[in-house]
Amino acid sequence: MNEQELLLLGIADDELVLGWRDSEWTGIAPVLEEDVALSSIAQNEIGHARAIYQLLAEDADALAFDRAPEEYRSSQLVELRFVPDWARTIARRVLYEAADELRLRRLMASADPAVAGLAAKIDREEAYHRMHAELWRGRLRDEPRYLVAVDELFPYLLAMAEADDHEALIAQFEPKTVPSNTVLQAHRRGAHADGWPDLWNEMTEVRRSVPGASW
Amino acid sequence: MTAEAVWSALAEVEDPEIPVISLVDLGVVRDVQVDGERVHVEFTPTFLGCPALEVMRDRMAEAIESLGGEAEVEVVMDDSWSTDRITPEGREKLRAAGFAPPAPREAAAPKLVQLQAAVFRCPYCGSTETKLENIFGPTPCRSIRYCTGCRQPFEQFKTI
Repeated sequence: MNEQELLLLGIADDELVLGWRDSEWTGIAPVLEEDVALSSIAQNEIGHARAIYQLLAEDADALAFDRAPEEYRSSQLVELRFVPDWARTIARRVLYEAADELRLRRLMASADPAVAGLAAKIDREEAYHRMHAELWRGRLRDEPRYLVAVDELFPYLLAMAEADDHEALIAQFEPKTVPSNTVLQAHRRGAHADGWPDLWNEMTEVRRSVPGASW
Repeated sequence: MTAEAVWSALAEVEDPEIPVISLVDLGVVRDVQVDGERVHVEFTPTFLGCPALEVMRDRMAEAIESLGGEAEVEVVMDDSWSTDRITPEGREKLRAAGFAPPAPREAAAPKLVQLQAAVFRCPYCGSTETKLENIFGPTPCRSIRYCTGCRQPFEQFKTI
């Protein structure tokens, strides 16, 4: 894969893994509205992942589920497992959507019409994820558990984002400390978070049991 | 076989999740080309994660095959579909079935403040005294609002 394809693969992996993590709230969210919201958001994110995989490969399922764990390009931010911690779940949603908006905007300006068109289509749906994040950012504005979670996860966010977006994200979230290069290196995409082997195991179980299985 | 016959057949294919409207009403059929018995249809997805996509594609192929055509349904993953593509007839059918049709799309993406403050009309009683209950709903394409006029929750199509 060339550099552009690797970038797209990372985005698709982020969307797939985050969709998986958000769907862990289905049935157990703190209120019914959020059960519906997180399930719907998860469904959208996985739909975006599938569409991007289809740009990169004939068989989206094979690309999504037939890779070894170390071949995934997902960021650690999306791999972390937060259930049953709502404050960190929401902090991740807020942080992720901010970075996702910046990279989508860049893809929408891509010279490749297939990439630009798909990014614009994805962005129509992401607008509603951003509204959800905005709503919760306002609600939890003074909630200590949320504020601690934002600070804790900020290094993961910066490690997920491309360098071009760092300045804008720092300005938006004003972290107490800006993560050093050493910290960013430890949180880098591809190095994988602690919960990743278990999640990979769960995500790929069907395809490993029945090679080529489709849904 | 003519393109008109294919369009008429597709106008009978119901949306799998909202059977009150057809796929032509929904605006997802972008083009129909007929070459002898071969029928090529360009189809644009609504929401990318919508599980109805495969069902829509298969139902369109069946409708074309029942006319005696050989169906080729191409899914076009570009940005050409918006809720503005739903036809006026489709919008009226949605309203009559109790789904508030989507507001027109503006140049920029919709904002939270618009969902909270703009005028959305209750499909049951017509009141504009409605409030946002949940940005998300039973499928990705719908939000939930509550009408303080007739005290009914209702499903509002998202604008995308």
